[in-house]
Amino acid sequence: MADKLEKISIIVSKGSLEGLYPALIMANGARAEGIEANLFFTFFGLDAIHKERHEHIKLATVGNPGLHLATWAGGLPGMSSVMTHYLARKMDALDIPPVPEFIEMIADTGAGLYACKASVDLFGMSKENFIDEVKDIITVGEFYDLAAGGQILFT
Amino acid sequence: MTTKVYAGTEVPVADDGFFTDPEQWRPDMAPEIAVEVGIADLTERHWQVITFMRREYAEKGTGPTVRMLGKSSGVSVKELYQLFPKGPAKLAARIAGIPKPRGCI
Repeated sequence: MADKLEKISIIVSKGSLEGLYPALIMANGARAEGIEANLFFTFFGLDAIHKERHEHIKLATVGNPGLHLATWAGGLPGMSSVMTHYLARKMDALDIPPVPEFIEMIADTGAGLYACKASVDLFGMSKENFIDEVKDIITVGEFYDLAAGGQILFT
Repeated sequence: MTTKVYAGTEVPVADDGFFTDPEQWRPDMAPEIAVEVGIADLTERHWQVITFMRREYAEKGTGPTVRMLGKSSGVSVKELYQLFPKGPAKLAARIAGIPKPRGCI
């Protein structure tokens, strides 16, 4: 076990439930192993740290063959909400927290949460849109500085 | 099977240092295990977590996750990471003499 990972920097680019959870689980798991972790939220991943939106992260039911659902059925009104609700119940049973609680917990573990400046500008957002746990809005260059000496994971 | 000597008693441990038989653990072994994982002084707050770990293990047969610790042990997630910087669930389990918890959350 000589080669222990010391630091991981995770880029979170997806705003769907199935795109977001793997990143959160990897970040939280890293901290649980004593590995330093940073999260860099970019593009639709910003929804995860957005005050109004992070309670409404939904499963993608269209264009998601993994659901084994007919394409037309996935597009029915309310389908995404129903599937999200169903999954939320299953996750709760396995002690997997909902997104807002999970993000807060990850911040409490000491992981750094950062928003990508280019995406923040693109969507016309500002620091006020984000939950208090977000440390800063940073550039790509600053992200690479933070990530130096560790591994980078794109999700 | 590896063995280690804590507080003058030889006990069997797994390759990663976790106790394989929690029955053989005694509270006076905890400070020595703590030093091994980089915690020089066990405070009352550390003990609160260690005691909780042992109780949970005795009841459920597995150590609690960090989330469960944060909710039920009386110590917040933030403080847990201050007490056990290299991973609360893992380190507290090791010091408490119970097997390594295998949860992902």
